[in-house]
Amino acid sequence: MSTSASPMSTNGTGLAAAFEKHQAAQTGAPAWWQELKKKAFATYGELPMPTRKTETWRFASISGLSLEGYDFGASATGTVHTELADRARLVAQRAGRIVFADNKLVTHERVSDELAAQGVIFAPLAEAIVKHGDILQEYFMAQDPQLGSEKFAALHTAFVSSGVLLYVPKNVEVTLPFVARYWSATQGGAVLPHTLVITGENAKVTMVDAFDSADRSSRGLALGFNHIFAGRGSRIDYYVLQNWSDQTLGFQINSLTAERDATINALAVNIGCAHYRCETQSIMKGEGSHAEMLSLSIADRDQEIDQRTLQIHQAGHATSNLLFKNALADEARTIFSGLIRVAPDAQKTDAYQTNRNLLLSGEAEAHSLPGLEIEANDVKCSHGATTSQIDEAELFYMLARGINKAVARELFVFGFFEEVVSKIENEELASRVRELILQKFREEEARHA
Amino acid sequence: MSTLEIKNLNVSIGDRPILKDFTLTIPKGEVHAIMGPNGTGKSTLAKALAGHPDYTVTSGEVLLDGKNILETEADERSRAGLFMAFQYPSEIPGVTIANFIRAALQSRLAEGEELDATAYYKKLYQKMDLLKIDRKFTSRAVNEGFSGGEKKRCEILQMAMLEPSYAVLDETDSGLDIDALRIVADGVNSLRGAKLGVLLITHYQRLLNYIVPDVVHVMYDGRIVKSGPKELALELESKGYDWVKDLVPA
Repeated sequence: MSTSASPMSTNGTGLAAAFEKHQAAQTGAPAWWQELKKKAFATYGELPMPTRKTETWRFASISGLSLEGYDFGASATGTVHTELADRARLVAQRAGRIVFADNKLVTHERVSDELAAQGVIFAPLAEAIVKHGDILQEYFMAQDPQLGSEKFAALHTAFVSSGVLLYVPKNVEVTLPFVARYWSATQGGAVLPHTLVITGENAKVTMVDAFDSADRSSRGLALGFNHIFAGRGSRIDYYVLQNWSDQTLGFQINSLTAERDATINALAVNIGCAHYRCETQSIMKGEGSHAEMLSLSIADRDQEIDQRTLQIHQAGHATSNLLFKNALADEARTIFSGLIRVAPDAQKTDAYQTNRNLLLSGEAEAHSLPGLEIEANDVKCSHGATTSQIDEAELFYMLARGINKAVARELFVFGFFEEVVSKIENEELASRVRELILQKFREEEARHA
Repeated sequence: MSTLEIKNLNVSIGDRPILKDFTLTIPKGEVHAIMGPNGTGKSTLAKALAGHPDYTVTSGEVLLDGKNILETEADERSRAGLFMAFQYPSEIPGVTIANFIRAALQSRLAEGEELDATAYYKKLYQKMDLLKIDRKFTSRAVNEGFSGGEKKRCEILQMAMLEPSYAVLDETDSGLDIDALRIVADGVNSLRGAKLGVLLITHYQRLLNYIVPDVVHVMYDGRIVKSGPKELALELESKGYDWVKDLVPA
């Protein structure tokens, strides 16, 4: 495998051949879709790779971003995929489930007849581009990434084939969550999850994306995008549980758009990846809209979790709240760079941005770059960042109750994340998130034992 | 052997000696009170017994039912049956009281053994009722946003749940109004019995009106200078602490 770090070499003949192959496999797709992909691939080639000097990539380990040697057409055997289709159902009570393995659809639990009759669409991307082309043409990748991943967005569009469209029409409320599960099952393979959620006026829905690797130690590339559009007065709860393998180079670009009086609650859990770039932008497009952006990350060994956020207030009387919590062990690094941008007309904006880091080792490194850019004069905005270690007095208090150091540390980390986990209304999902944290934590403990 | 025996204990903070040949034996079933002026080493005694890393034991022994515990870590001491009620209990954000006490009880079980959740909650609620603690408290983070009285009641709740052989209550009366003091004292009294030895550390006599000790010790300059029956507390209350200075051996 080549280890050349030449930034443009990824768009060389290898990737071009892969793209040709990918396009050839899209025969059933509409012309506009194929055209979109062709254009995107060209754009990918034209855009520069980020460099050390690119502001939106400040502090990131650029050298780790090489896209060399990933297989965009990788696929494990059907037996593996069938097995994955059934593994870990995440939540027992759900409105629908779609499972991909190596970008291939392996399970599609459709919505109930009742929901279908109400106009709810829950479809894999390949089906959606044929049956719901109008929706896709309006909403697919409709918000450009503004946090530095334009080039990766183009690559995603060029190669994406796995994905989900969830559309909930006006006045329809779905209580149970929808689940999209994406597996990476091939060594060196690239997976490209895509989730598009759209709600009509006063609709309500919960969507869960879960990312996993079949082999915890396999190398891979994950390039995921989601676009969440909440129509007027609607509410979308959106979760991303990222648990790719330890050797994955991961990108997750989140885009939230809230119309008037709409609420989007987005919550991310970041466990896996060697290097994870996560961008989250929210647009308060209509008055009275609200976006809640919560994130919890556990980084250990030499993991790097690079988070960039942007809260854009375009309309007045809108609110947004961001809370990103990172626990770091070993020599892990996290980067948080956040910006609240308030347009001149967005008076009475209420926007908050908080990044909290808990250092579990002396070698871990948490960078925090909070920022505000306010053009309106009657707003309430604040940002804050803290980095702390386990408090010695609190630790002694726990020891004095007979709790050993390892368990005390575990309780601290859980306590630290509880502020975020407690916001998960679905109990099953909250338990799953606690399991993910515990699993990662126990692995870390075992390595140090 | 059913005693907590402190023998010639010398403890320093940094280079500064605080406890000087401190010696005291608390038999199970008895309540001993230590009174003394500020800065005499009362809290140092409590923290050193509990195994706080900032307190250096330079010599001496602490025998819990005959076993020296000074070589063990704080968590081992607790599991061995020693409990300390903190003067200033820490807040643990995000960790509920129910989960905290559960973790403490779980740590007392053998590896692979799981705490019976039903029995646990039954006992927890029973003890909470006894201490007049609202059941909603179980889901609140440990000591976070608690009033002084709530914190101290929470300490006694933990003591009731962990069922130690010996308990050291460090200035448990501080920060309590008279009503809160009565509730906390009732809680402690309900736990008194043949299976528990208690060391009450206090500056004021008023706590001892509610938790009546079997023996009162006067501490000054890092050691016990006088011991006597409960009436000694009243004598201290009326005479103040000045006279105890004269009791220090040359």
